[in-house]
Amino acid sequence: MKRPGSFPFSAIVGQDEMKRAMVLTAIDGGIGGVLVFGDRGTGKSTAVRGLAALLPEIDAVAGCPVNSEFVSDVPDWVTLLDANTVSKPTPVIDLPLGATEDRVVGALDIEKALTKGEKAFEPGLLARANRGYLYIDEVNLLEDHIVDLLLDVAQSGLNVVEREGLSIRHAANFVLVGSGNPEEGELRPQLLDRFGLSVEVESPKDLDVRIDVIRRRDAYDRDALSFCAEWEGADAELRGQIVDARKRLGSVEADDAIIRDCAALCVALGSDGLRGELTLLRAARALAAFEGDDQVNRDHLRKVAPSALRHRLRRDPLDEAGSTTRVMRVVDEVLG
Amino acid sequence: MSVAEARWHSVNLAVACFALDPAALGGISVRGRVGPVRERFETGLRLALAETPLHRIAPTMSDEALYGGLDLAATLETGTLCQTQGILDREGVLLLPMAERVEPGLSARLAAALDARPDLALVALDEGAEPGERLPASLSDRLAIHLDLSDHPLSYAPALEFDADALAEARIALPSITVSDDALKELVSVAARLGVHSLRAPLQALAVARASAALSGAEEVEEPDLLLAVELVFVPRATQIPEQHEEAEQDTPPPPPPQNDSTDDSDQPDPVKEDIPTEILLDAARAMLPPDLLARMAAAKANRAPAGNGSGAKRTGNRRGRPLPARHGRLGGGARLDLVATLRTAAPWQTIRRNLTGDDTRIHVRPSDLRIRRYQEASDRAIIFVVDASGSSAMARLAEAKGAVELLLAEAYARRDHVALVAFRGEGSDVLLPPTRSLVQTKRRLSSLPGGGGTPLAAGLKAAMELAGLVRGKGMTPSIALLTDGRANVDLSGAANRAQASEDATQMARALRAEGVPGLVIDTGLRPTRGLDGLAREMGAPYLPLPRADGQSLSRAVDAALTP
Repeated sequence: MKRPGSFPFSAIVGQDEMKRAMVLTAIDGGIGGVLVFGDRGTGKSTAVRGLAALLPEIDAVAGCPVNSEFVSDVPDWVTLLDANTVSKPTPVIDLPLGATEDRVVGALDIEKALTKGEKAFEPGLLARANRGYLYIDEVNLLEDHIVDLLLDVAQSGLNVVEREGLSIRHAANFVLVGSGNPEEGELRPQLLDRFGLSVEVESPKDLDVRIDVIRRRDAYDRDALSFCAEWEGADAELRGQIVDARKRLGSVEADDAIIRDCAALCVALGSDGLRGELTLLRAARALAAFEGDDQVNRDHLRKVAPSALRHRLRRDPLDEAGSTTRVMRVVDEVLG
Repeated sequence: MSVAEARWHSVNLAVACFALDPAALGGISVRGRVGPVRERFETGLRLALAETPLHRIAPTMSDEALYGGLDLAATLETGTLCQTQGILDREGVLLLPMAERVEPGLSARLAAALDARPDLALVALDEGAEPGERLPASLSDRLAIHLDLSDHPLSYAPALEFDADALAEARIALPSITVSDDALKELVSVAARLGVHSLRAPLQALAVARASAALSGAEEVEEPDLLLAVELVFVPRATQIPEQHEEAEQDTPPPPPPQNDSTDDSDQPDPVKEDIPTEILLDAARAMLPPDLLARMAAAKANRAPAGNGSGAKRTGNRRGRPLPARHGRLGGGARLDLVATLRTAAPWQTIRRNLTGDDTRIHVRPSDLRIRRYQEASDRAIIFVVDASGSSAMARLAEAKGAVELLLAEAYARRDHVALVAFRGEGSDVLLPPTRSLVQTKRRLSSLPGGGGTPLAAGLKAAMELAGLVRGKGMTPSIALLTDGRANVDLSGAANRAQASEDATQMARALRAEGVPGLVIDTGLRPTRGLDGLAREMGAPYLPLPRADGQSLSRAVDAALTP
């Protein structure tokens, strides 16, 4: 079904902000996901699929449908056939538009019910995405009732299924990655706020960059195996950096001055709630860890502020200035 | 060769290229209604694809049909688990008729399938009649070749011809076709200068050029191949007319010094000659660009609004509302059985019931297991603003009307309403914006709305009524807000005839009432216009004279009158 290895993450030309945002969520899953909005054919899906291959593997109980790390975490409704711990790739699960609620949250396993008369639970996409990524292409076209569902689960990290006589719950901690094209519809503010970072991508304007994109993609399409082999080193290096950054994350300090800066930025931008500050700080800390620093500094803040804040601005639906510009202006004012 | 003949020749080449390498091209999008010309295309396609099976899929295909799933009937009959094979699991090329009706969910899934499976290709037959009805852009972006057969004369459409042996040979030769670095650069720069933004297009053009070179028996992509690729891939996607060479020079990087490629370029051109092919390609593209490109682009832009597609109610999913969990109930009275839910309910009891009855050959379903479908009706509201932009109105109130509409837009945003904009002035009316939720677009259209000319009130109402019909077809609830000073002086035919004009307007108002479209008439005249309240009565709509109203109070009034 799949191509022999997806397009290598590190071979993606440009789109640095998108790549950085994804790397940051890989370092700290608590940042809360990435929203990638922009033109068609800019490598949004490619980056997500590449990310899957890039991420370090996770240890999980082999027979567990929700990728539990320890046998004690396996939900009680699971009959474990295989309690060994295995390494498997970080799950990156696609949530297709038009997926039914049953497929998303899970439902009565109708096959078992019909053939064996057993009342068993068939886990849905949320179960498979636990401890990994949930990817929604064209997230802005997602039906409202699925959005509501996702908001609930993403908030609590717990999927509760109460239907058809089932009463089931399981952990559902995942990083949401959404992509979409803003021309086809806007995203509900509630969902917008749920994404930790947001990135705007556009087709590269520079001719040489475009040529580079085409050249690499063509090389990959012609001979994916050797192309992937060529970039394996770069991907492995990035993976190593991510693993190191995860280890370092806990010891990265953020002093009071930095926290004050975060607050000042959010106050100046008038972003609702405190999610803005928290995400900004987390993202800056992850970036510091990634860059090998022990202290969060203003430079880190400056780099992550657009991604962390542009979708949290008090919405002025008639504003055309562009949220990136507004964020950058305030960043310059506050941080000097 | 006439233009039509030349175009048909390209169609023939396009199908041949596609048959050579369906996977790399991703597919073909064909616009045109069902008819002999399209039949010839389909016949040709089958002929060219030869053994590759074509699978017809429907724009309303379910997940089960696409991906396969539990075969309920067979499972019940045999008592063992039977799975069906999904259409996406099969080898071959998908053929999608009525592609303009594909709802976004299916479109996204097909796009994902095309991305995931390198051997899958799709031929979309787009039968849209209106400019707004077309294949979703996310899908058409993945199909390399875009053909428009909608006005192709049958007399210039002979049966497509393919030489099976030549195709087979070309298929073998294809993997070894080389592309010079210059050719690649040319394609990318031509795409950029035609305003083709998606980076998929140059890759697709490359695939077309390669296939074309293989067909002509060449070893390397040459100029005619590039020309074909530009015609089939870039021209239909163009969003701007390429500027002339002199201006272009500034943003095109100077051609790199000739380098010795590993490819067997025997005729490495000198730097001057190197620049020429791009110009040739652009000239060809310029010649092929439709004269009404700009108008088409506007239509395409408008089409990007969420509801601008021909898929009807299915697309917004409003007519049937949001599905609620199935509930125990009796059949009859229009209730529809939710078969799956019923079986789910019955399933856990099967063992017991089998033991009780001793009959284990069938599924035991009891009346208490029956589950019926329920939907929550929640139709989206679409407010159609009909704005009088005539001279008399423009002087006085157009700016205020614009202000009011803008304020309402901000509120509509919060309520997830759709808004549409119709303006009338001069001799007729324009739909400035089909129903959309995109505020930025609406604001842009509104601010560029000029004023002046006569007051073709009837034409404005007619356009609003047509739009209301369209909106209904999409499962939304339309309402009309008419902002005018009521001095109708241009009749439906566009002639300046005051008496006929007001007669026509009255007729249209009655028609609107008969259609049952709720509305509101706002008198933007400096003092209330006699007769406009009568018109409002004919429309069955409240009449609001707002002699000194500012944007704020106008907005409040409209909101109050239109809120159900």
